[in-house]
Amino acid sequence: MLWFVTKILRAIITMWLVVTFVFFVLRLSGDPTLVLLPDDIDEATRDFYRQLWGLDRPIMAQYWSYLGALLQGDFGISFRNNLDAFQLVWERVPKTALLTGTALLISLGIGIPLGIFAAVYRDSWVDRSVMAVSVFGFSMPNFFLGILLILIFSLHLRVLPSSGSGTWLHLIMPAATLGISFAAQFARYTRSAMIDVLNKSYMRTARSKGAGTARRVNLHALPNAAIPVVTILGFKTGELLGGAVITETVFAWPGIGRLLTNAVAERDLAVVQCIMILLALTMVLANAVTDLAYGWLDPRVRVGAKAGAK
Amino acid sequence: MTEAASSVVQGRRFAVLRRLSDLPAAVGLAAGFMAVMLLIMIFAKLLQPYAFDHIDLVNRLTPPVPLSGSTWLHPTGTDTLGRDLFSRLLVATQTSMLLALLGTCLGAVLGIALGFVAAHKGGLWDELIMGLVDFQAAMPWFIVALALLAFLGNSMVIFIAIMALYGWETYARITRGLVLSAREQGYALAIRGLGGRPRWIYLRHILPNISGPLLVQLTVNFPSTILFETSLSFLGLGIRPPMTSLGQMLGEGRDYLINAWWLAVVPGMTIFFITLSMSILGDWLRGKLDPSLED
Repeated sequence: MLWFVTKILRAIITMWLVVTFVFFVLRLSGDPTLVLLPDDIDEATRDFYRQLWGLDRPIMAQYWSYLGALLQGDFGISFRNNLDAFQLVWERVPKTALLTGTALLISLGIGIPLGIFAAVYRDSWVDRSVMAVSVFGFSMPNFFLGILLILIFSLHLRVLPSSGSGTWLHLIMPAATLGISFAAQFARYTRSAMIDVLNKSYMRTARSKGAGTARRVNLHALPNAAIPVVTILGFKTGELLGGAVITETVFAWPGIGRLLTNAVAERDLAVVQCIMILLALTMVLANAVTDLAYGWLDPRVRVGAKAGAK
Repeated sequence: MTEAASSVVQGRRFAVLRRLSDLPAAVGLAAGFMAVMLLIMIFAKLLQPYAFDHIDLVNRLTPPVPLSGSTWLHPTGTDTLGRDLFSRLLVATQTSMLLALLGTCLGAVLGIALGFVAAHKGGLWDELIMGLVDFQAAMPWFIVALALLAFLGNSMVIFIAIMALYGWETYARITRGLVLSAREQGYALAIRGLGGRPRWIYLRHILPNISGPLLVQLTVNFPSTILFETSLSFLGLGIRPPMTSLGQMLGEGRDYLINAWWLAVVPGMTIFFITLSMSILGDWLRGKLDPSLED
């Protein structure tokens, strides 16, 4: 129980640090009215907007009222169009979730089986070609992969749309762009986790008891090899979200990432802060879920934590 | 020099040569490519046939030589302002390599130093530093960097600082673990018993002993640092015109995919080969230095 409370407390502190860090850095970067309003506007109008956006008060007062509003779920209004910042961001969430979700499925669906094959047939040609492909996969910058795909499939072969998000055809290239480097990474992690497990003495026991390859891999090796892979899955959330920002920009996919690059260019403080907080929250949650899954998959962690708590 | 000593030296030289010829072909190629990239990083300004920002409006968007419409004035083609692609590529490679090297090294120094401090001081310091490590790891740093660069403007110092803060936490975590276990080993205990001061023990004895895994981490970190820089520059936030980097070139070339695909493909391939070479070298080095880590 104490273990759980510590985790939650840590997550809350991390969130608070992110909010504070983002708030102060963005506020100290200059007066948004200088960027958002035309140059030739008179000072009175500027003051009006400063008051409207709450920029005229001391920064600490702004900070406390921002925190207070946040706790009530109020992320402020977009400087651009006076709409609720959270509403603007929330509308884009399904698109980003669809993109990252599909990419994650692709990467796990390709990476894990390849990793297993490579480990089971270690040092064979299967292993070598999987490892070679995976080095190529994660060396390829995703923005360049996206551009290559557009060149080949949109401009040359003319079979897939290069931008937008109307149909499932629009999803193929962005999801592949985002998923392939993760597939390569998961193939590597799965392989090394499997090799670790396959060398364990209980695998020899299973073999001596006469269990076939399929049974040994599926029942004895996989559950144990899953533990490190799940951990890495949690760590990769941040990378996945960062990759989504780039992928969405390359393919003009109308998700959070594209909103962020636009909002950042327009200095829309409220929207940028809202997106950063939501992304940080996603990461913190993903890490917490990973921790819990870890304890669930590996009873040793649970027992260890309980012993530590006593 | 005595005969015995010279034969030792020669024996060593032959051993080095033999070891070089034992290298797998991929590792040799990767090392060669990285050597060329390092030379470009140092000598780009001497090698360029034109200034990288020299505008030649007569020869705009000329393709590389084998393609139709190309000119021998610019054998590798030009961009939309008639700037020589080869010269730009050299300077862009120089910028990207320098930034990645600087970012990797600064991050490593920061992380390793904090790792030592955490391991040495223990207690509150340890808690504080490891808390910072957790915080950094839980932050979507690429996205934070994107916002910071957009809001704080086009400043080289800020960009380098952001690159240095990328990945330091891994060094800190690894160093702390390594130092904690190295400290208890016989040699460290012996020197401490002889009255060695902590700083002396750490720098002179423990650091060389744990440098293997740290070096491996350096090679793992370098490709992701170069991707970090090129991604931000690609989005128009890192290196911005009039300066250029591989990511910035790719971002610019993206707008001319239909009629000048090489503008994007050439810098893109350069980034790809750099990360590929470093990954191959890193894997090889890891296998050499620490066979137990091989995966």
